[in-house]
Amino acid sequence: MSIISQSSDKINVVVVVVGNGMVGHHFVDQLSQSKQFNITVLSAEPRLAYDRVHLSEFFSGKKAEDLALTSAENYQNLGVNFVLDAKVVNIDRKEQTVTTAKGDTFAYDKLILATGSYPFVPPIPGKDRPHCLVYRTIEDLEAIEASAKQGKVGVVVGGGLLGLEAANALKQLGLQTHVVEFAPQLMGVQVDAAGGRLLRSMIEELGVQVHTEKATNVIVDGEQCVHRMEFADGSSLETDVILFSAGIRPYDNLAQEFDLAIGERGGIVIDNQCVTSDKNIYAIGECALWNNFIFGLVAPGYHMAKVAADHLKGNENAFTGADMSTKLKLMGVDVGSIGDAHARTPGAQCYTYENQPEQIYKKIVVSNDGEKLLGAVLVGDTSDYDNLLQYALNGLTLPTAPETLILPALDGEKPMLGADALPNTAVICSCHNVSKGDIINAIDQGATELSTVKSCTKASTGCGGCASLLKNVFDNELTHRGIEVSKDICSHFAYSRTELFHIIKAEQIKTFDQLLHKHGNGLGCEICKPAVASILASTWNDYILEKDHVSLQDTNDTYLANMQKDGTYSIVPRVAGGEITPDKLIVIGEIAKEYNLYTKITGGQRIDLFGARIEQLPPIWKRLIDAGMETGHAYGKSVRTVKSCVGSTWCRYGVKDSTSMAIFIENRYKGLRSPHKLKFAVSGCTRECAEAQSKDVGIIATDKGWNLYVAGNGGMKPRHADLFATDLDDQTLIQYIDRFLMFYIRMADRLQRTSVWMESLEGGLNYLQSVVIDDHLGINADLEKQMENIIASYQCEWKTTIENPEALKRFRQFVNSDKTDNNIQFVTEREQIRPATSDEKQQSVANQIDCQYITETV
Amino acid sequence: MPIENNWITLCHKDALINQSGVCALLEKDQREHQVALFHVNESEVYAVENWDPVGKANVLYRGLMGEAQGDIYVASPLLKQRYSLKNGRCLDDESLTILSYQTRIVDDLVQIQA
Repeated sequence: MSIISQSSDKINVVVVVVGNGMVGHHFVDQLSQSKQFNITVLSAEPRLAYDRVHLSEFFSGKKAEDLALTSAENYQNLGVNFVLDAKVVNIDRKEQTVTTAKGDTFAYDKLILATGSYPFVPPIPGKDRPHCLVYRTIEDLEAIEASAKQGKVGVVVGGGLLGLEAANALKQLGLQTHVVEFAPQLMGVQVDAAGGRLLRSMIEELGVQVHTEKATNVIVDGEQCVHRMEFADGSSLETDVILFSAGIRPYDNLAQEFDLAIGERGGIVIDNQCVTSDKNIYAIGECALWNNFIFGLVAPGYHMAKVAADHLKGNENAFTGADMSTKLKLMGVDVGSIGDAHARTPGAQCYTYENQPEQIYKKIVVSNDGEKLLGAVLVGDTSDYDNLLQYALNGLTLPTAPETLILPALDGEKPMLGADALPNTAVICSCHNVSKGDIINAIDQGATELSTVKSCTKASTGCGGCASLLKNVFDNELTHRGIEVSKDICSHFAYSRTELFHIIKAEQIKTFDQLLHKHGNGLGCEICKPAVASILASTWNDYILEKDHVSLQDTNDTYLANMQKDGTYSIVPRVAGGEITPDKLIVIGEIAKEYNLYTKITGGQRIDLFGARIEQLPPIWKRLIDAGMETGHAYGKSVRTVKSCVGSTWCRYGVKDSTSMAIFIENRYKGLRSPHKLKFAVSGCTRECAEAQSKDVGIIATDKGWNLYVAGNGGMKPRHADLFATDLDDQTLIQYIDRFLMFYIRMADRLQRTSVWMESLEGGLNYLQSVVIDDHLGINADLEKQMENIIASYQCEWKTTIENPEALKRFRQFVNSDKTDNNIQFVTEREQIRPATSDEKQQSVANQIDCQYITETV
Repeated sequence: MPIENNWITLCHKDALINQSGVCALLEKDQREHQVALFHVNESEVYAVENWDPVGKANVLYRGLMGEAQGDIYVASPLLKQRYSLKNGRCLDDESLTILSYQTRIVDDLVQIQA
């Protein structure tokens, strides 16, 4: 009998969910989409669901509300009832009711147990002393933070995945951190002995001391610290804080007490539909035991939540186990583990690659016949993870020399798994469980653009890790259908950015409308408009807020400032080379004080002023310009800053005057618009204090001249710059930079940084050198001329703007009122403003107490 | 604000910016509503609410206008979700819709029905 027929006599099935962790919440999310259920959530915790996977970010500045997965408002909108601090203590299976510790009783048609797990604390005498804690909830973290403030040393008991995350948290809190592990190695579940050794040495290099094969006998009073841990081998360790992270245990006490079937070692027994031994009770997540196995990861828990919700709705679905492969970054160390990492399958054979200088360890485990991949361990470099996972999950036949899958590509390409080799069942996006078949389906339904495939399948909208695989499958599928893979910038122009650049230059096109009229169709979009605006600026260098250009500019360019989350802006005046006079500092300080702006020093040696409302931008800039400052272009895809050290002028070690060079370069290229932002740095000696090797253009002084580096960047995917030319004189240095920049601006794709662009060129660095140094293409005179034109037509955009009444009209919130946006509210933190959170805004309304509004008007 | 058959005048059409947005304040029933006005051409104006439901800020008028298969939309300046200017529907997330208003230009005055 299906659920639907059971419930046909009543419209609403009353569902009670016990527990509001990540899995419990995911279940509510899935079920609340259909209106036939009346859902009540009972949570023992004082707050609604939050993201436990990213718990450690609590210590890197995230607040509880940043980790929240939902809100009271959201549940109310979904029609979901919820009670917090409501620990369930009784289940009456016959009457179908549950009762909380406070004595409230709730009736149910279907009961969902999503009670999760609790950290296992080994029965060591002294384990209950103060400052002996666990790492599971936000309340735990608050306790850890409080304890850490009183101590200097912290120990994590347990060197598994969670233990290392906890160790990272202690380290971030500034404690001298130790990890104590009973087994001979770290992460023994996911990683083999050799991988564990490398992991250990990398973690120790980061300042965490690792003690393996240590069994704690007792915890007693310490001499230098609060505690002394005494180990079975006679050694001991003094510490102020102890975190237990020795595994998890399912929270199954309710099931035990009320006679649901339980596994031998705990866990509520469920079938493939997540139903327990009582057909009206389901269990999902870490409290559930499926096939004698507890899944301690969030993805299988989500899968169970979906299956249980589907079963209630009468849809067919089943939980049939989950892959426990993981890829993660622990304290900056990449670790990956797939399938049978320990080669326990009979007859399994291994291939290993170890590179000690670069701290990389890779192992693959293959079947006896060498045909299939059974497992893998990756430490220090997980770039092969996605490829290997596809082989393992889909049982694909390995290449004849499987070791090529993990060896570095010495010459030529590494054998990448072609999209054709993947079966239709292959999961491409594991966050949203999207298979290759789902993607093909979407294309069959008419999705011929990658963005459409993403929006209708949700593929690659979770962690984004599968983006390149998705593109690969998509391109491949289109090619099969004889559809040419489009390099067009968007649907309005059948050209790439590079082609548009050449058209604009060759045909002397000055506006977007001219280009659209001659070479495009439709009205344009948020992709092609800013791209064309940037090309026009790089070519003709008109004022970007001119009538013909203003509607093309991206968010920040439109108002010549950086928009922040609440719609206010931040302001960055140019501080060339990071050199600034006391007088200018005072003016910046006075302005910040008068307008009550939050001030912060940027990574590019400048000062950022936050919290300016749109109508305050012109008067603030008028003050800055009157004091001799100019725009810093922090808002543009353009040259940002040239960072420098003090060089030979002050420094004992400096060999050249890096500051003067940095200021010269910044003034030369300021305002130059480009496919992506450009950052520079100049160091006065080989000690490299300006970090030039992490910049698009980096310059390091030598005793014979300047070394030029190109195509480095920081950010999400940092890349060291490549040495381009050595011991250059001033003139040659500038000449090379002129050519390099202009060649990049002409050739690169939109939003492509110099590093990615250079790597996309056939021949890479060598080719670039042949163009810039040897004039291989014969275009250098032209590149230099174009750069001269741009430099000669520089203007401070803010100076032009404050002198232009037409442009100034746009700097206001309302065209028909002088009122200001009342959603912009600030609170004070560390003596400065910050945007009020939604909770704080609601509170201020509820209490009828005004938050500190910005009151300055102009 | 002059009201006539629910048509409310917000501003003169000279306040609009071609192919771009401005914001007008609508005071109605003792509440303030922010209305984003987008100017397509001489006779075509669209009006939607200014509140970005994802970014949670009053900023939609500062977004870029775009067009996809004849549908005119604004892309949020914060997180780039696109909303149809004709009916307020989000093109990137079916569950999101913002308020949209009927518009007209009478005697060079921009009016919405609210």
